[in-house]
Amino acid sequence: MSEVTLRQWLLSDAPTSRRHARLASLYKGWLSFRSNTMAMFGLGILVFLLLVAAFAPLLAPYDPFAQSLSNRLQPIGVEGHLLGTDSLGRDILSRLIYGSRITLYIVALVALIAPVAGLLVGTVAGYVGGWTDTILMRITDIFLAFPRLVLALAFVAALGAGIENAVLAISLTAWPPYARIARAETLTIRSSDYISAIRLQGAGALRIITKHIWPLCVSSLIVRVTLDMAGIILAAAGLGFLGLGAQPPSPEWGAMISEGRRFILDHWWVATVPGLAIFTVSLAFNLLGDGLRDVLDPKDSGQ
Amino acid sequence: MALTDGTEQRRPRAPLAPWLKGSLLTLGSIAVTMLGLLFVTFIIGRVMPIDPVLAIVGERASQSTYDAVYEQLGLDKPLLVQFFYYLTDVMRGDFGMSLLNARPVSEDIARVFPATLELATMGVFMGIVLGVPLGVIAAVRRGSWIDQVARVVALVGYSMPIFWLGLMGLLIFYGILGWVGGPGRLDIFYEDIVPARTGMILVDSALAGDWSVFKNAFSHIILPASLLGYYSLAYISRMTRSFMLEQLSAEYVTTARVKGMSERAVIWRHAFKNIRVQLITVIALSYANLLEGSVLTEIIFSWPGIGSYITTALLSADMNAVLGGTVVVGLIFICLNIFSDLLYRVFDPRSK
Repeated sequence: MSEVTLRQWLLSDAPTSRRHARLASLYKGWLSFRSNTMAMFGLGILVFLLLVAAFAPLLAPYDPFAQSLSNRLQPIGVEGHLLGTDSLGRDILSRLIYGSRITLYIVALVALIAPVAGLLVGTVAGYVGGWTDTILMRITDIFLAFPRLVLALAFVAALGAGIENAVLAISLTAWPPYARIARAETLTIRSSDYISAIRLQGAGALRIITKHIWPLCVSSLIVRVTLDMAGIILAAAGLGFLGLGAQPPSPEWGAMISEGRRFILDHWWVATVPGLAIFTVSLAFNLLGDGLRDVLDPKDSGQ
Repeated sequence: MALTDGTEQRRPRAPLAPWLKGSLLTLGSIAVTMLGLLFVTFIIGRVMPIDPVLAIVGERASQSTYDAVYEQLGLDKPLLVQFFYYLTDVMRGDFGMSLLNARPVSEDIARVFPATLELATMGVFMGIVLGVPLGVIAAVRRGSWIDQVARVVALVGYSMPIFWLGLMGLLIFYGILGWVGGPGRLDIFYEDIVPARTGMILVDSALAGDWSVFKNAFSHIILPASLLGYYSLAYISRMTRSFMLEQLSAEYVTTARVKGMSERAVIWRHAFKNIRVQLITVIALSYANLLEGSVLTEIIFSWPGIGSYITTALLSADMNAVLGGTVVVGLIFICLNIFSDLLYRVFDPRSK
C-alpha cells in the first residue's frame, strides 16, 4: 500500500471495521497533535531522553562512577570533559546520561502504580456507590488533605531511604486525584443506556467495570498522568536532593545537585547542569501534557 | 410529662434546617479527615524501623528496664488503644519528646514555626500583588505578548525544581552581585538584638523600632520569599486568567459594553468583582502549598523553619519530631482548605 492510499484509508469517513475506525481516530488525533508546535517540541525532547537512556553505555564518554581525584572540579568545556567534573573528578556528562535512566525508571514506576491504584479505587467507588463510595472517597480525601512532599518525607522516614521507597512514597501521595477523576467518569458512564443494556444481557459488575468502564476512563487518566509527570520528576529530585531518594554514588539528578550545592559559589556548574536537565525534562512533559489534553480532552483545554 | 413525651415521639421529627445540616456534615467530614491524618501518622510511627524503647533506654539497658519502658510507653497495649493514647496526647498538644535534644517537640515547633509563617506570608503576598494583575491583563489582552509572558512564567514555574532555582538565586544575587543577604534569617551581628515577641523578625524589629535589624532581616528574607512568591505567582496568575476569561465571555459583560460602559469599569467593577471569591479560594490553597514548598526552600537558605526542622529530624531519625511536624503541617493544610471552602460558601450566593 503506498503512502497516499494509506493516508486516504486512514482518513476515510466510512470505516470498514472496528480496527479501521480506531486507527483512523488515532491518526486524526495525531494530525491535530502534530500541528501543536510546543507539544511536538516536548515530544522531541522526551524521545531524545529515551534514546539517551537506552544507549547510555555507548554515549557516555566515561564510567559515571570512575573517580579521578587529580581531576576534580574541572570547569565546563575543559579538554575531554564537556560539562566538567564533580568533586570526586567524575565526568558530569556521563553521570547526567546515566542519570536519565534513573529518572525514567522512577517516572515509569510511579506512572504505573498511581493511576492504576486510583483507577481501581475510583471505578469501584463510582460503580458500587453507597457506603463503599463514602468510605473510599473519605480515604481519598484524607490523602488529598496531606501536603504531598511532607507525606512523602514521612513515608520515606518510615520505609528507609532509597529509590524504590521514594517511588512508593510518591505513588502513595499521587493516587488520590486519579481516583477522583476515575470516579467522576464512572458516575457519568454508569447511568448511560449502553451500560444498562449490557447489564440486561447479564454482565456482572466485574465485567462491566473492567471491560466497559476502564477503557473509557483511560484517556482522561493519560492526560492527567502526562501533566503529573513533571510533578513526579520534581518530587523525586526533591527527595534525592534531601538525601532520601537515590543514594550516592548513584548519578540521580537531584542527588547531584545536592552534592554540587557545597561548591555552588566557586564551582557553579556542578549543581547547575543537573538542574537544567531536570528542568528540560519536566518542561517537556508539561508541553506534551498540554498538547495531549487539547487532543484527547478538548472540553477542558482552557483555550 | 409522660403525655407530652408521647406526643413528641409520635410527631414526625422536624427536619434539620438545611444550613445546620450542611454545617454538621462539614464538621463531621473535617473530624474524619483529621482523624485520618492522625491515624496515618500514627501508623507511620509504628512501622518505622526504629525501636522507640531502645532509643530511650540505650543499647546496654537490662531486659527488665527495657520491659518497664516498653510498658510505660504503652507498647504492650492493643494498637487501637495505643492510637487512642496518641490521639489524647496530640489533642493536648503533646507530641512527645525530641530524641535529639530531649525537649518537648511541641515547644520546638512553636519556636520554629514563626520563621516559616513569615516566609510563606511574604511569598504569598508577592504572589498576589504580581499574580492577580498579570492574570487579569493576560485574560483581557488574550494572545498579546503579555499573555505569552504569563504563559511562559507559569510553565517555567511548573517545571523548575524549586531547590535548584533557589541555589541559582543564591549564586547570582548573593554570590556574584551581592545584592541580598546570604542564608539564614539575620547576619550574626544582628542576632538576639530585638526581643522575640511574635518570632517573626520583620515584625519584632518593626515593633522595637530597630530599623537596622529590620533592614538586615529584609535583605535575608527577600530572596527566599521571592522564590516562593514566584511559584505562587505561577499558580495565581494562571487561575486568575482562566476565571477572568470565563467572566469576560459572559453575557452581562457584553451588555455592560453595549451600554457604553468604559472598558476599565467593565473589567474591574464587573468581571473582577465576580471572581473575587474564587480568587480567595485559590490564594488560600496557594498559601497552603507554600507552607509545604518551604521545606526545600528552607533547606537551601538555612532558614530555621518547620521544613528544616522536619528534615533535620528525619536525617537523625528523631521520629517524634518528624511526626509532630507532619501533623502540624497537615493540620494547617486542612484548616486552610476548610477556610477556603467556608469562604466560598459564605460569599458565593449560588452555593446557598
